[in-house]
Amino acid sequence: MLAKHGAAARVLAGGTDLIIQAREGRRDVAVMVDVKGIAEATQLSLAGDGALRIGAATSCSAIYHNKDVAKAFPALIDSASLIGSVQIQARASIGGNLCNSGPAGDSIPTLIALGAACHIAGPAGERTVPVEEFCTGPSRNVLQNGEMLVSISFPAPAAHSGAAFERFIPRNEMDIAVVNACSNVTLSADGQTFTAARIAIGAVAPTPLYVPAAGAALVGQPVSDATIAKACEAAQAAATPITDMRGSVEQRHHLVGVLVRRTINKAVKRARG
Amino acid sequence: MSKRIVSATINGEVNEFLVEPYHTLLEALRNELGLTGSKEGCGNGNCGACNVVMNGQLVNSCCVLGVEANGATITTIEGVAEGEQLHPLQQQFLEDAALQCGICTPGFIVAAKQLLETEQDADEERMRHFLAGNLCRCTGYDKIIKAVINARDVMRSTAGAR
Ligand SMILES: Cc1cc2nc3c(=O)[nH]c(=O)nc-3n(C[C@H](O)[C@H](O)[C@H](O)COP(=O)(O)OP(=O)(O)OC[C@H]3O[C@@H](n4cnc5c(N)ncnc54)[C@H](O)[C@@H]3O)c2cc1C
Ligand code: FES
Ligand code: FES
Repeated sequence: MLAKHGAAARVLAGGTDLIIQAREGRRDVAVMVDVKGIAEATQLSLAGDGALRIGAATSCSAIYHNKDVAKAFPALIDSASLIGSVQIQARASIGGNLCNSGPAGDSIPTLIALGAACHIAGPAGERTVPVEEFCTGPSRNVLQNGEMLVSISFPAPAAHSGAAFERFIPRNEMDIAVVNACSNVTLSADGQTFTAARIAIGAVAPTPLYVPAAGAALVGQPVSDATIAKACEAAQAAATPITDMRGSVEQRHHLVGVLVRRTINKAVKRARG
Repeated sequence: MSKRIVSATINGEVNEFLVEPYHTLLEALRNELGLTGSKEGCGNGNCGACNVVMNGQLVNSCCVLGVEANGATITTIEGVAEGEQLHPLQQQFLEDAALQCGICTPGFIVAAKQLLETEQDADEERMRHFLAGNLCRCTGYDKIIKAVINARDVMRSTAGAR
């Protein structure tokens, strides 16, 4: 179906972006292909070794209602429970959030920080793309006509690791992030030194941004305010925000520092258990 | 494009109806089935006036296609009262004057019922958080929350009395 209709066909997951965009005339859609009947696209499977695979169309509420997933991947729950309202979360999927490819998509920094991979299927076969390479611009991604995202896989969290996602919005709920960020850190067994880290930020560039330099600023260093400040500076240096109705360049720069610091501190807490 | 046949259990009765593939569940309910209690406030997922419970989950019916309801079980505001007997939430909304223009009311009642049926001990903070997807331009929310708190207490005491 997708291959036959090319660019005029869109995958329908929860429809919380697509149905609205199509009805408001912002997207020209001749054919919608509902993928929620495909078992692979709605799976939620936690393997014995701790690795996780979620179907691209699995809803946010299905994810946060699963206690084992909530325990093992708290940062994913941070994101899933912040996307829209309860009503939106009942339908909205992580795959839809990723494929919508908004610079401020609230699941995407988390997927990147957790080292997730996209499993894509299409007429030419299957391929796997790291999440940080998936988005190519605002509302743009690597999917070719006829391709769909089938599932997203996450490696098992390392021992002594923790991750956290936060966003800044002017209201309490239901808004598009001015800035968002996720940090995933691994500590030494005594919890005093960073041994690995992945940090990603959103709404400060054309796509959500993986910032390897921010993680590198932590690795091998003691857990301290000074170390964490270095990572924040690296993230701020990587951000190329714009000024729009939600925030200014200066405010966004400041917020990157604040959110990276907060998410690292929260991730450290979670890593220490 | 031709209309599709959709079969769904709505407020306990099996209904078959025709919808255009691009019509929302809200349009199907209001225009095909005459269930006009669900309102269109925004049509884009922000206000909750169109709330229904579909397969056990609270959804915005303006963000669901009519065809996606095929095989589903749906409760709308019309299914909340039992005959002439108002639901405690409906009764409290009246007693506590929790509505002015009333556009948001069906959505608030459907949403609050879903909350109180799944979490009978929900406190005010939880209520405000859960109902963040329901907007009201008239009341300022305090009276709505008060009505939900009072309805919770009524529902708890009748559940306890059984
Ligand atoms: C009121 C409201 C509040 C919102 N709040 C937030 C928020 O706080 N944070 C946030 O990030 N987003 C928010 N959103 C946006 C939206 O809910 C999310 O982006 C959601 O995760 C999209 O998922 P979906 O399953 O509904 O996607 P859909 O609308 O079904 O699809 C989105 C896009 O991705 C494509 N697509 C979906 N699945 C696939 C697939 N498997 N393969 C290929 N392409 C696919 C679709 O064709 C479409 O272009 C909000 C939306 C509304 C209406
Ligand atoms: S009309 Fe559906 S959420 Fe406003
Ligand atoms: S009573 Fe008018 S919108 Fe709530």
